[in-house]
Amino acid sequence: MQVSRRDFLRVSAGAGAGTALGGLVGLGATLAPATARAQELRIKDATTTPSICPFCSVGCATLIHTIDGKIVNIEGDPRSPHNEGTLCPKGAAIYQLHLNPNRATKVLHRKPGASDWEVVDLEWAMDRVAELVKKTRDENFLERLPNGKLVNMTPALFALGGATLDNEFNHVCQKFWRGLGVVAIENQARI
Amino acid sequence: MGSNMAECHPVAFRWPVKAKLNGARLIHIDPRFTRTSALADLHVPIRAGSDIAFLGGLINYILNSPRWNSDPFFKEYVANYTNAATIINPDFKDTEDQEGVFSGLVQFSEPPFWPYNGLLGRYDNASWQYQRGPKGAGPATKDLVARRAGPPFDDLVRSLRPGPAEKDPTLQNPRCVLQLLKRHYSRYTPEMVERVCGSPREKFVQVAEALLANSGRERTSAFAYAVAWTQHTYGVQIISCCALLQLLLGNFGRPGGGIMALRGHAAIQGSTDVPTLYHSIHGYMNAPSALRPHDTLRDYLAAEATPTGYWGNFPKFMVSYLKSMYGAAATPENDFGYDWHPKILGDHSHMAMLAAMAEGKVKGMVVVGQNPATSLNGTATRRALRQLDWLVIKDNWLTETATFWYQAPEVKSGQVRVEDNKTEVFFFPSTQIAEYDGSFTNTQRMLQWHFKAADAPGDCRTDSWFYHNLAKRLKKAYAASTAARDQGWLHTTWDFDPDPGEKPLYPGELSALKVLREINGYQTADPTQHLKGFAELKDDGSTTCASWIYCGCYPAHDQNLTARREPDPPGVPGAHLKWGWAWPANRRVMYNRASADLHGQPWSERKRWIWWDPTFVNPPDPKTGVVPPRGKWVGYDVPDFGATKAPDAKPKPGSIGLDALSGSDAFIMKGDGRGWLFVPNGLVDGPLPTHYEPHESPVQNPLYRQQTSPVHKVWSKGKEWNPLASVGDPKFPYVISTYRLTEHYLAGAMSRWLPWLAELQPELFIEIGKGLAQEKGIRNLDWVVISSPRGHIRAKALVTDRIGVMNVAGKRIHHVGMPWHWGWMGLSTGDVVNDLTSWVGDPNVSIHEGKAFVCNVEKA
Repeated sequence: MQVSRRDFLRVSAGAGAGTALGGLVGLGATLAPATARAQELRIKDATTTPSICPFCSVGCATLIHTIDGKIVNIEGDPRSPHNEGTLCPKGAAIYQLHLNPNRATKVLHRKPGASDWEVVDLEWAMDRVAELVKKTRDENFLERLPNGKLVNMTPALFALGGATLDNEFNHVCQKFWRGLGVVAIENQARI
Repeated sequence: MGSNMAECHPVAFRWPVKAKLNGARLIHIDPRFTRTSALADLHVPIRAGSDIAFLGGLINYILNSPRWNSDPFFKEYVANYTNAATIINPDFKDTEDQEGVFSGLVQFSEPPFWPYNGLLGRYDNASWQYQRGPKGAGPATKDLVARRAGPPFDDLVRSLRPGPAEKDPTLQNPRCVLQLLKRHYSRYTPEMVERVCGSPREKFVQVAEALLANSGRERTSAFAYAVAWTQHTYGVQIISCCALLQLLLGNFGRPGGGIMALRGHAAIQGSTDVPTLYHSIHGYMNAPSALRPHDTLRDYLAAEATPTGYWGNFPKFMVSYLKSMYGAAATPENDFGYDWHPKILGDHSHMAMLAAMAEGKVKGMVVVGQNPATSLNGTATRRALRQLDWLVIKDNWLTETATFWYQAPEVKSGQVRVEDNKTEVFFFPSTQIAEYDGSFTNTQRMLQWHFKAADAPGDCRTDSWFYHNLAKRLKKAYAASTAARDQGWLHTTWDFDPDPGEKPLYPGELSALKVLREINGYQTADPTQHLKGFAELKDDGSTTCASWIYCGCYPAHDQNLTARREPDPPGVPGAHLKWGWAWPANRRVMYNRASADLHGQPWSERKRWIWWDPTFVNPPDPKTGVVPPRGKWVGYDVPDFGATKAPDAKPKPGSIGLDALSGSDAFIMKGDGRGWLFVPNGLVDGPLPTHYEPHESPVQNPLYRQQTSPVHKVWSKGKEWNPLASVGDPKFPYVISTYRLTEHYLAGAMSRWLPWLAELQPELFIEIGKGLAQEKGIRNLDWVVISSPRGHIRAKALVTDRIGVMNVAGKRIHHVGMPWHWGWMGLSTGDVVNDLTSWVGDPNVSIHEGKAFVCNVEKA
C-alpha cells in the first residue's frame, strides 16, 4: 500500500490517533500485528519517563521514550484517568516540540537602534539583564506615595508569562519580582 | 455554553461523549455550529455576548415552573444550602427600580499616582449587605490594631464578627434573596430571550425543561464553559449567573454537577494559584494595596479576613506566606516583614500595564513563554512595546514578540523605521517539557509532576534557571546596600540550590523539589519536616508555607504526591485519589458536603458521593487520649468539611472559623456557609447578574435603558491607539468572535513551528455565513478584508452554514468568526487577528472583550 506522508498525517489527525502508527488503521489497513511489532521496535530498549502534555489544561499524561538520552517516541499514558492513552493532534505532536530544526538554541541580543541580532554569550547576557533590572528599579523605586503611604514598589518593570510553565517557575518568578518590589506580574490568565 | 469543548479540549470532551452514550443529554448553546454542536443532542444558536439574558431566562423559567415549586428537593437544597432566606438591607435598589443600575453607583476618579484603572464608574456596596442584628460585645477591631494585638490573631478575627443575619425560612419576605431575585429576573421571559439572544423560543424552552428534568435527587446537570464566558465586559457576571442557576437546581457539590471552567493552558490554573498575577499573592489572598486599608499587617488582616467560615484562618495563611518570603528576618516584632512587601497602586494587569507603557511609564519588561505582540489590540500593543528601554524574551521559538521590532507589519510597510526604535532586546532559548522536572496544575486543580527525559540543546535553559540565576546576580549586586528600600530584597530568602548529593539538571539549575517544598510548607524550626496539610498552619511564624492551598501536596521528603500515577481499579466507584494531587487537600469535588442531605445521607443511591457514617469509631486524640464521639464523613472523595463534624452540629456562639458554622453549612469558604444566590460583596459590578450589551454592540440594550455595565473598564480612553465603535455604528455592522482550533495553540508559537501541525491547519480564515457572503459577493476561498476601529487584516473566506444571521431586537445581525492563532513567524503565517480587538474589559478581573465586538467585512 502506497501512503504519502501527507495522507498519513491527514488520516492520523482524523482518527485522533494517539500513537504514531495509529493513522494507518484509519487508511483501512488491518495492521494490528504489524503495528504492535513496529511500535515494539521503536521503543525496544527505550527508557520510559512519565510526563504531561504542555498544551491545554486537561493534563493528559504522556510517556516519553528515550534511547541513549535521545527522544524516540512520545505517546499518551494508558493508565491516566484523564486521557487513557489518547492524545489530540497537538499532544501527538509533542515530539516535534523537541526534535525540530526550527528551535531557537542561541542567546541573541539587539543593541538599541540596531537592525539585526547578534549571537551573545549566555553569562554575558545574564549579567547585562541583571544590570538593567537594577538600574530600572533604582531609578523608578517608590518608597512612599505623596500622601505618605508606604508602598515599597516600582511600577516601571513588567513581567509577563507563566501559564504555559511549571508551578515551580511561577513561584520563583513571582517571588523574585515581589522580593524586588515589582508588582506588575502577569500571565495569560486574563487574556 | 461559552466553550467549543470538542475543538479546544478534545481529549476531555471524550467524557461528555461517553456520558451521552450512557444516556446523558448533551446541549450546546453557541453562536456557531461547531465540532461540539455536531456531537450534541441539541444546538441552540445565541448572539455573542447575550449569555446573561439566556441564563436569566432559564432562572425565571425555573422559578416559575411547576416542578421546581413542587419537588421538595429544590426547597430543601435552596433553603438550607444557599442564602435564599437571607434578608437584604432595605436601602438596596435593584435594576428594576433604577433602569438597569443597582443602588450605590458613584463616580470613579483615577488616582494621580496610577491613572490606569480604566473604570468608568464604581459601586459602593453598602446597600447590598445582609440585614443584620446588633454586633456582639468585645474589643473593637481598631483598638486591637492600635495596640498591636497578636499573634495569635484570633481576637482580631473575632472582632470582625458582624451581627447575625436576618432570615425568613418561609422565603416569603419581599426583601429575602429569593423574592429579590424572582423580581429581578421577572422580565427575562422566553419572548425576551428570543428578542435579546436571537435564540428560537422553542429551543430555549427545550433547554429549560431538560435542565429541570435532569436536576433533583436522582440526577444532576453540569455546565462547562471556557473563555467565551470570560472575555466580556461582564464575564464574571456570566459565570456568577450560571452559579446562581446551578444553586437553584441543587447542582453544586454533587457528582455530575457544578460548573467546569475549561482553562486554556497546561499551567494556567497553577499560575493563578501560584500567582504570576498582580492582584493576588499565594492561595487567593489579595495583594496588599495602596487603595485599600492595608497600611499595617493588622489592618490588612482586618480588611481581608472573613471571621466565620474557613477564611477565618486567614492570618495563618498570611503569616506563613510572609515567612516563606522573608524567612528568619520575618518576626512578630516587625510584623513578619509586612512593610517590605510591595503594595499595588491599582490595576497593574496586562492591559493596564500596556496603557501605562504606551505613555512611557514602563521601562523594562521580561516576557517568558507568552507572545503579547499578537495580543489584544496588536498595533497598540506593539506601539507600547516600542516605548520600552529594554525587553527580554525567553522562549523556545523566535516569537512575534521577539521579532516585532524588525518584522511587524508596521515596520515592513515602512510606517515605523527599525533604527528609530531604541529598545535593547534579548532573546534566551528555553527548554521543552521533556527536558526538566516540575508540576503543572490542570483545569481540575490537579497537580501532576513531569520528569526530565532528555537534555536540552545549545544554550537552552529552564525558565526557572533564568530567574534563579538572575536572583543570584541581584543578591550580589545589592549585598552591600543599607538603604531601607533594599531591605525587602536583601531579606527575601532564596534557598533553591540542590541539596548536597542532589545533582542539578543543568549547570546552575535549581532544585524543582526544593521550590515545591517551599510552596507546600515546612516547620520553620526544621525545614526537613514538611507540612502535611493546611490544618497545621500557625499565625506565630512557626510554620513556613508559600501557598496554603497547595499545603499537603508534598507532605514528606520522599512523598511527592503530585508524581503519583495509580488509577482506581476498573469498575470501582471512586475519584482516582491516588492519581496526582488536587487542591485543596486532594478533594476532587469542592463543597461536597452538599452531596448529602441535611442529615448527612446521600440525596439518592445514584448520586452518592460523601455521607455521614454515624457508627464510625474515631481513634483517640493522640495528644489528650480522649476518645471522640462516633461518626465521620466517608465516601469516594476527601470530604470538604470537618471530618467528624456531625450533620446536626450547631455553631459555637462567638466563635471564629469553621466553629462558627453548623453541620449543614456546606459552603465552608463563605462567611455564612451558604452558596450565594445574591452576592453582597466580592464582585464590583453588582449583586445579581444583569444583561448589558458588549462595549461595542450593533443594538441598544433591549432590556434596560443602561446600555453597558456602568462600571466596566476602558483603558487609554480617547487615545488614538484605542478607538472604539459607538452603538450601532454603520461602518462596523457585524458581530465578530475570535476563537481557537484543535491543531493550533494560542498565539501559535507552540504549533506554527511544528511541521505536522502547520500542515494540518495551514492558513488563517474567516467564517462567514452564506447570507452575508451573498450580500457582499464573497465566494468560498476569496480574500477578504476585515476591519474594526483599530485596524484591518486580510484572510481567506470560509463561506459556511455554521454561522450566520440572527434576528435581535428587530434587527438582522450577521455574525462572523476568526481563529486568532496566526502571526508573521513560523512555518504557517497569517495576519494578526488581535489587531482588531480593543482594550476594554471586565471590572472584576480586567479580561478583555474578545468574544463580542464589531467589524466590517469586504471582498479584497
